[in-house]
Amino acid sequence: MTAPQHDTSAETPAPVSVADVPAKAIEGRSPGRIAWMRLKRDKVALTGGVVVILLILVAVFAPLIVGLLGHDPNEFHEDMIDPDLGTPLGSFGGISSDFLLGVEPTNGRDVFSRIVYGARISLVVAFLAAFVSVVLGSLLGALAGFLGGWVDAVISRVMDLLLAFPQLLFTIALVSVVPNSLWGFEGSGVRMGVLIVVIGFFGWPYIGRIVRGQTISLREREYVEAARSLGAGRGYILIKELLPNLIAPILVYSTLIIPTNILTEAALSFLGAGVKPPTASWGKMLSDAVPIYQDDPMYMVVPGITIFITVLAFNLFGDGLRDALDPKGS
Amino acid sequence: MSENPETNTEDALLKVTGLVKHFPINKGLLRRQAGAVKAVDGIDFEVRRGETLGIVGESGCGKSTMGRLITRLLEPTDGRIEFEGKDITHLGVAGMRPLRRDVQMIFQDPYGSLNPRHTVGTIVGAPFRLQKVTPEGGLKAEVQRLLSLVGLNPEHFNRYPHEFSGGQRQRIGIARALALKPKLVVADEPVSALDVSIQAQVVNLLDDLQEELGLTYVIIAHDLSVIRHVSDRIAVMYLGKIVELADRKSLYEAPMHPYTTALMSAVPVPDPRRRGAKSGRILLKGDVPSPISPPAGCRFHTRCWKATEMCTKVDPPLVALKTGHQVACHHPENAPDQAPGDPALPGATEAVATATE
Repeated sequence: MTAPQHDTSAETPAPVSVADVPAKAIEGRSPGRIAWMRLKRDKVALTGGVVVILLILVAVFAPLIVGLLGHDPNEFHEDMIDPDLGTPLGSFGGISSDFLLGVEPTNGRDVFSRIVYGARISLVVAFLAAFVSVVLGSLLGALAGFLGGWVDAVISRVMDLLLAFPQLLFTIALVSVVPNSLWGFEGSGVRMGVLIVVIGFFGWPYIGRIVRGQTISLREREYVEAARSLGAGRGYILIKELLPNLIAPILVYSTLIIPTNILTEAALSFLGAGVKPPTASWGKMLSDAVPIYQDDPMYMVVPGITIFITVLAFNLFGDGLRDALDPKGS
Repeated sequence: MSENPETNTEDALLKVTGLVKHFPINKGLLRRQAGAVKAVDGIDFEVRRGETLGIVGESGCGKSTMGRLITRLLEPTDGRIEFEGKDITHLGVAGMRPLRRDVQMIFQDPYGSLNPRHTVGTIVGAPFRLQKVTPEGGLKAEVQRLLSLVGLNPEHFNRYPHEFSGGQRQRIGIARALALKPKLVVADEPVSALDVSIQAQVVNLLDDLQEELGLTYVIIAHDLSVIRHVSDRIAVMYLGKIVELADRKSLYEAPMHPYTTALMSAVPVPDPRRRGAKSGRILLKGDVPSPISPPAGCRFHTRCWKATEMCTKVDPPLVALKTGHQVACHHPENAPDQAPGDPALPGATEAVATATE
């Protein structure tokens, strides 16, 4: 945090009319507020952020939205299916005012409802797995960087080990041996739990490395020495001096790990290691669409585009957030 | 080591004896110690109550390490540090905590020494929170008083460091160091990161605060004019050792150690007419030898034009050759030769060049 001091001092005395000054007390612009001001100027990131918020709202209010605009996601509408071909009646996969995104081949379930409910699975798995990664990664990364020595050596080797681990194969194998009911959860609940734990656990070394590197560079700063010269202990330095400076990279990495998790969840569902049917999931819809895509391409396009937009929105927002929090930015 | 004869030990706020700090260099898979950087290699001095002791030397001579040793940010390898008669050489974090109130530090880099995520109020208030002291009239009022004491607007307490200039930031650092009314303030290059015009302001601020609060300073700098301005006594360091320790007047008028003489002659003369009159600058050749394997005998003999056979073998002790003037040299300037008749080292006279402009 050394670059922007000179130019900010130039813009601090903003052209405020003299009458305004006594009205409000002098207040500092915190690094967080400056980042927010920068983010507000970044239209692309803001668009990404709006889409992300919309997606979260869709997932939260899924029953309400489906109740208003769709049908029950697990209800069969065989009357919408061509009995000979198994494809939906009507053009573009059966899109109509009644079925906004068409119907599923063979069973005739409402694609719109399944996409809306699928958002819940994708986002819950992605967010909770990201949470697991961020908590583990920040904690272990900060400890490794701050304590150094053998603690750092052990944690770093574990991270190397996990990064070299064949995550996909492990997950597929694990899912096949996990019982159908576990700790009071059943079916898809168990599968979601497994996905969250596995994706989260294999994700922490990425953030762990970033946090470790950042901690190593921060702990040599003079303000850490200053705190020590005032009698601060290790806990105080880690929590009060280092952590506030680690929040920005952690936040940025969290927004960038979520789309990765969405893709991983979709891939695992596609491979049959995701949630169990009939629970709706974007990846599962894609894999269901594969055998029939020549007759009903729409059924593949809809979940594909949904995943694409979701991942893009998160990435654009994360990139914008990184630029906004970067102290070297203007 | 001989003691300064006029030293009154009761006056010594800080007493350092035989202080050594070696940073180990570990190599290989087993991290075996392959050597050590001898950053501070046996120094003795004391700081008297109310005085300003200036420490000068080239970069890498161990002056910053020395500052961090006496504030106990680093653990000494050997030697003894006494503060007000109490041995603080190996006190731990908890043991040092009560003493932190009395010994404070001002740092070199005004950009690195303030946490960018804390407001000025948090930074200047941190000493109170860490030492669990509740100032009279409340924390906020005390922080504001400190800010005005160092010449900052007290209304700026909830601003962030990036909103201040380098000089203002250094004032914030000073306010933090003075918050608990310390007895000893160690300033490590307090002005070297600042513009020259700001340097004068900050140096004068330090001077005024010393008078007002009765502070004792140890000021570390490489700038001889800054040191001359602020110090009562000056220690010159070279490769982890003190080579000369004297009153300001005595040191600047009649430096004894050849290294000091060379340093003094390097100070630019701001008067073009006087420049020619001054009899030549002494230009030391080569670099400071590595502190990993410092030269045997006198550490300066590799660059000294007065070096003799003896200098390569016998490390000269720091002795008082005049009242209040200690020097570690076999052949001092402005004083009787300590080892007359010793054969000169071949090539010693070529060790320097004299420049006459």
